[in-house]
Amino acid sequence: MAKELLSGNEAIARGAYEAGITFASAYPGTPSTEILENIIRYKEDIYSQWGANEKTAMEEALGASFTGARALAAMKHVGLNVAADPLFSASYIGVTGALVIISADDPGMHSSQNEQDNRHYAVAAKLPVLEPADSQEAKDMVVEAVKISEMFDTPVMIRMTTRTSHSRSAVELGERQAPPVPEYKSDFAKRNLLPGNARKRHAAVEERLKKLAVFSDGFAYNVMLKGKERVGVLASGVSYQYGREVFPDAWFLKLALPYPFPVKLFQRFASMVDKIYVLEENDPIIETFARLAAPQKEIIGKDVFPLLGELSQDVVRASLGLKDLTPRHSLDGVPGRPPSLCAGCPHTAFFFDLGVLKVKSRGDIGCYTLGALRPLSAMDTCVDMGASITVQLGIEKALEKAGKSVPQVAVIGDSTFFHSGITGLVDVIYNQGKSTVIILDNSITAMTGHQENPGSGKTLLGQEARKVDILKLVRDGLGIEHAYEVDGYEVKAIRELLKREMARPEPSVIVVRRPCVLLYRKAKWSPMAVDKEKCTSCKVCLRLGCPAISSDADNKSLINEALCTGCGVCAQVCAFKAIHFVDDRGLHINSITLESFAGGGKR
Amino acid sequence: MKTKSILICGVGGQGILTASDLLSDVLLEAGYQVKKSEVHGMSQRGGDVISTVRYGDQVFSPLPALRETDYILAFEKLEALRNINYLSDKGIVLVNDFEWQPLPVAAGLEKYPQDVVAQLKKLAGELVLIPATRLAGELGNDKASNVVLIGLLASRMDIDKKLWLEVIRRKVPPRFIDLNLAAFESGFQFKA
Repeated sequence: MAKELLSGNEAIARGAYEAGITFASAYPGTPSTEILENIIRYKEDIYSQWGANEKTAMEEALGASFTGARALAAMKHVGLNVAADPLFSASYIGVTGALVIISADDPGMHSSQNEQDNRHYAVAAKLPVLEPADSQEAKDMVVEAVKISEMFDTPVMIRMTTRTSHSRSAVELGERQAPPVPEYKSDFAKRNLLPGNARKRHAAVEERLKKLAVFSDGFAYNVMLKGKERVGVLASGVSYQYGREVFPDAWFLKLALPYPFPVKLFQRFASMVDKIYVLEENDPIIETFARLAAPQKEIIGKDVFPLLGELSQDVVRASLGLKDLTPRHSLDGVPGRPPSLCAGCPHTAFFFDLGVLKVKSRGDIGCYTLGALRPLSAMDTCVDMGASITVQLGIEKALEKAGKSVPQVAVIGDSTFFHSGITGLVDVIYNQGKSTVIILDNSITAMTGHQENPGSGKTLLGQEARKVDILKLVRDGLGIEHAYEVDGYEVKAIRELLKREMARPEPSVIVVRRPCVLLYRKAKWSPMAVDKEKCTSCKVCLRLGCPAISSDADNKSLINEALCTGCGVCAQVCAFKAIHFVDDRGLHINSITLESFAGGGKR
Repeated sequence: MKTKSILICGVGGQGILTASDLLSDVLLEAGYQVKKSEVHGMSQRGGDVISTVRYGDQVFSPLPALRETDYILAFEKLEALRNINYLSDKGIVLVNDFEWQPLPVAAGLEKYPQDVVAQLKKLAGELVLIPATRLAGELGNDKASNVVLIGLLASRMDIDKKLWLEVIRRKVPPRFIDLNLAAFESGFQFKA
């Protein structure tokens, strides 16, 4: 069969195809997003969709499994927190068709708010977890997960990490297995977790774990490699690769199925060596089991290797005192290059206005979290998906009790609002909050790379979908009387609305609408330019944090034509009318009305 | 063969991942084992981006090691400097002669160092500055600067030129093939 260079995420998608999976659901989140984006390559064979959040995605996959279909749910590590409720129930219920859950962890927090180790979830929910070490294994593990799931009547988790998800290596492609034919048959005793049923299911789960532990001892991908020295390395995931770089002569035990831990296999391995290094990212999970299985053996783990951040061959060497990682050349004076809102971002004007009004907002998760960074600096909290609205309500109520009040603005994006903002807004109404909630609606899930969502008008497969109208949902559905919509490029209108609604002693919602600027790319727009005669070097335009604006040698503002999208926001904030459109190419980006903009991404 | 490492760096949106994909495909075609790593998400919004490629007979880690990286291919000068500690003693640094101010610099909060090239010169076994953005612009599209840089890298590697051209023909959308072949050639032939 052909060999291809695949990322870990592409390999998971390929594995889903080969394993006869026919249902896949996910909510996008780095580093897991490309799994579903690649599963659509196999759309003839696999039904796939975005869920509104990870919990809905996992429950839908479980439902599919009830019919005997093989199902997959994918999410980033913190997404599994949202889906933890169905995860624990699914463990008790078991499966009919296989249920494979992909958790993509993010050691090093490249794009996340924490670096939790989701293997803990496998232990807590008492289900097996597989940990691939490269793309080939990522593909193979999906096929194995399907087998294990159906053989042991259990959901199976696959723990990816940023490095396994986003590294490419060669993968040998295989044939697709014929999927089972789905049919819904009722199974009350197994699937209705009333306490009477659930007690019996718990007993089944404990039995299952014992059998899985025996299976783990003989699992073909838990591999022992002979070494030349009596030194052993126990490793799982990509850490195995780092170990091979650092310890060329050691014995290796590579665990692709770290839980349930293969106790007998490990004890055999331990008898071959005098001491064992344990390499794993984040928490000491296999290390803990290893210490229990061989209490007399010298084991070196998290006492030496870091709990924080990713490992690498450098980090492993440095931990053992084999390499000094002090930079040879000092990087003092090298300015950082933090991420920022794009030139023409429809969120910029809003954050600028908050700055003018001297208001810090409660933030949420998405591109707009970058409104927290200099020079906009207009957001002081970012907790988790949906927490802008609820954290703010807590602040408001606690202050109110003490007779105090401060301007209360929560900021959330469209996709995050659908994910878990709606319930928070229900709390605001129900508990008579007075918050002003800003929904930054750019009609796409932008941060993760432009995925469709319930408001974008298209499905994962690009088919037309009914749009959930945020303004209607809020005003007519939840009954928030003061709900308004404003164009994201209208600096003054946004500011006036903000002032008015923050002062109102009632809950209000402002939907700041304008599609993500990256969706407009097909057209050529007139960029902006600075009239040097009129520019007074006041630098107000620089406070937008627009990547297209900088200062020239004369300290006057300068607009980079190649980056400028012509959104016109800088012209609106310039008090000296020093910024204008370069030419009239027939169209300005801000002349496209929201109504005339066709919905959906990938245009 | 000892495993070799190449680090490609620049600013989000410069075509870094496309370039490292192309490089990886050529190396696979040339019969090597190849591992490539990249970073997505938060770090792509105008932030610095790194992609690394390692190749050899048997490659384990997808990440390069400090002071052990054979080539740095930088799409922007400051980014070459930011990653210079990865370079091996005799390592080769190929840099697009192009400045892109980071936002804190543009906003007047920090300064873009004026001696980037001088600093690089001290540290590199070989340093080549190439006006890749300008060369690509002259060919009709400055977005092809990534392939100009790949052409320059190819001129310093021991891989049959035909393989590079084949992979470009195979991987690039048909209407961009001629542009990219020309971009590759201009990098390959470049004399400082």
